[in-house]
Amino acid sequence: MPATVSAAPLTRDDSPRAAGPAVSYADLMAATRVAAGATSSLADGISSRARLHVVTGKGGTGKTTAAAALALALAGTGRKVLLIEVESRQAIAQLFDMPAMPYSEQRLKGGGNGELFGLAIDPEQAMLEYLEMFYGLKRAGKGLKKMGAVDFVTTLAPGLRDVLLTGKVKESVTRKKVDGSPAYDAVVLDAPPTGRIGRFLDATQEVAKLTKFGPINKQSEGVITLLHGPQTAVHIVTLLEEMPVQETIDAAAELKQLGFELGAVIVNRARPTLIADGQVALDGTVDLKALSAGLRKAGVAVAHAPALAQEMSDYAQRQRVQEQNAARLDALDLPRIELPDLNPPVELGELKDLAACFTGGDR
Amino acid sequence: MTRPQPRPALDVATLVRDRRTRVVVTCGSGGVGKTTTAAAMALMGAEAGRRTVVLTIDPARRLAQSMGLIELDNTPREVKGVADGQLFAMMLDMKRTFDEVVLEHSTPERAEQIFQNPFYQSLSSSFAGTQEYMAMEKLGQLVAANEWDLIIVDTPPSRSALDFLDAPNRLGRFLDGRMVRLLTAPAKAGGKAYMKVVTVSVGMVARVFTKVIGGDLLNDLSTFVTALESMFGGFRERAQHTYELLKNPGTAFVVVAAPEPDALREASYFVERLSAEHMPLAGVIVNRTRQAEPVAGAAPLTAARAELAADGLDEKLASAKTAATKTVPTKSAAEAAALATAALRVHAEIAAAAEHDARMTKRFSSAHPQVPLVPLLALPADVHDLDGLRTIGKLLGA
Repeated sequence: MPATVSAAPLTRDDSPRAAGPAVSYADLMAATRVAAGATSSLADGISSRARLHVVTGKGGTGKTTAAAALALALAGTGRKVLLIEVESRQAIAQLFDMPAMPYSEQRLKGGGNGELFGLAIDPEQAMLEYLEMFYGLKRAGKGLKKMGAVDFVTTLAPGLRDVLLTGKVKESVTRKKVDGSPAYDAVVLDAPPTGRIGRFLDATQEVAKLTKFGPINKQSEGVITLLHGPQTAVHIVTLLEEMPVQETIDAAAELKQLGFELGAVIVNRARPTLIADGQVALDGTVDLKALSAGLRKAGVAVAHAPALAQEMSDYAQRQRVQEQNAARLDALDLPRIELPDLNPPVELGELKDLAACFTGGDR
Repeated sequence: MTRPQPRPALDVATLVRDRRTRVVVTCGSGGVGKTTTAAAMALMGAEAGRRTVVLTIDPARRLAQSMGLIELDNTPREVKGVADGQLFAMMLDMKRTFDEVVLEHSTPERAEQIFQNPFYQSLSSSFAGTQEYMAMEKLGQLVAANEWDLIIVDTPPSRSALDFLDAPNRLGRFLDGRMVRLLTAPAKAGGKAYMKVVTVSVGMVARVFTKVIGGDLLNDLSTFVTALESMFGGFRERAQHTYELLKNPGTAFVVVAAPEPDALREASYFVERLSAEHMPLAGVIVNRTRQAEPVAGAAPLTAARAELAADGLDEKLASAKTAATKTVPTKSAAEAAALATAALRVHAEIAAAAEHDARMTKRFSSAHPQVPLVPLLALPADVHDLDGLRTIGKLLGA
């Protein structure tokens, strides 16, 4: 059974000051601790200053896997890390091969020098927690559920769901231990896909506009300050295919315009370059005679030559498409981190290999 | 013991050409190639002489352009370059569709009041279920227009394929719920009188809401819900009607998946759900399936064997270089060896991928032995023109 740490309630200290860029003594101590425990540096694009890493990307690009690998990498540098999911999928549990997680922080396997925890935020639970924390309305929760109020907030009320989710994320990032040092050195958020990321991160701002004076408005400031500040970095996961690359470019522009700090573009499932220049002609043909001669030397039946030539031709085309899409990403001028193509499901051992891609320098 | 029935293959070409097939809904989780598959099926139907319309949600830019879809305007536009047939394509504009529904069910003054409400603005443009609801609404309209032989609907890119079926009901459930009655009560009873008639618990909930979200917001919400209330019946009826339509024998669901655990898990949920709701499932397309090229006159080369042969060649080349004897290979022999090594390594990649995909597909088909299935081979490049769509059609048996 994984160790359980109950999810601490939202802090009452929600003044914008708490999330501001001012560096406290406790923060400095935490930074020193991290530096001391570090075994390897982080790759370009993964700022060691960032406390919240938001990982987004088009659906199907492997956001969750990338977020988990990043969390493992951060834990590997001696940090205490929390990996958060918000889409009610139990994706962390599946990836780390454990039973579905309740609404509490659970220790995950493979943390290395540091400590790695996971949390699946459930909007209903987050709402009840919110009511209890701010208004002492524990018992009202059940009544609200019956009235359909919980359904209302978590599905229909525009943006409120995202307000609750980002509120809980903010609480995890700013939570302090008794000695005043941060409860987590870094938080990695497996965020909604690129199509919704801007709206998700700025939901608080939107709702604050609607409410003007209400208590949500008051609390929103801390969330906005954290998400838009230098402590937060947004990373975009992509495949080297047309649609994901286009969405990455669009999302990067949108996020930049909204004032978020971008971290790295994470290129997932990059296929290795196997074909050298000249081996496949521009029209896709391969020198069958030479290929046959080589195969004979390798002890492979020459009958395979035409099929192998066709496969090579297709692969060369894929390689070209990959290169073209990689070139389109150049326009973003963001550090790029490449993860190799693994056939899913990604195993825990493979996740560690992916994590190594997030640490730089000596590779 | 009954003998297991041979698995029927999903014959997409026959499905879209069959005059009895009126509506095809493609569903599946995000990123599996739903939109492209839907477009390819539509082209197949159109080129079989059926007047076809495809409703897309979020096509790749270049594919949209090649189909003449320049803007998201809810208007079916004829696609040029279709051989012997008529294909129309349209992109869903969910806000406009919602506006139209509101206009249809209320007076112009009331509609204007609704449009101005901040809640309507965010509900109609960003509520997570609105896109699904509006896709369903648009489908209902297309069917009612009775001018199409075949309607192909692509479903919104959501994480879960089930959202398409659930969102309209969820909206309906909310509109039916006590929450709505609660929120509309103050406006109906008129201000203070309201507090006298409601029970203590309702008063408490209202207080919680005023406290949490602020009075202004509650007022806006209450006005919005009241304004919409007169239309609720209409909304619900339409959603219900379209939902029933999906159960018609003229409708076929095609689930698109990729040979990966997540996508196949979603496909599983969907297949089970369709069966539970008695909705007509045509089958599953396993898109982006990788396969090695068939070889005539030799046993297939496994990934492991190809890798081994490539390693062997590499070693031979390396030792020949260091040995520096009279057996030094000629330049062309070295090039031939390098070419064969590259070919074998490419094959090892493809064969390993193919083995993986076959394993994934088999796992799914063992769990759902009755569901017709067809693999759709991965293409080397993205599809962005009609020829590309025809290639997919051919792979699907056209």
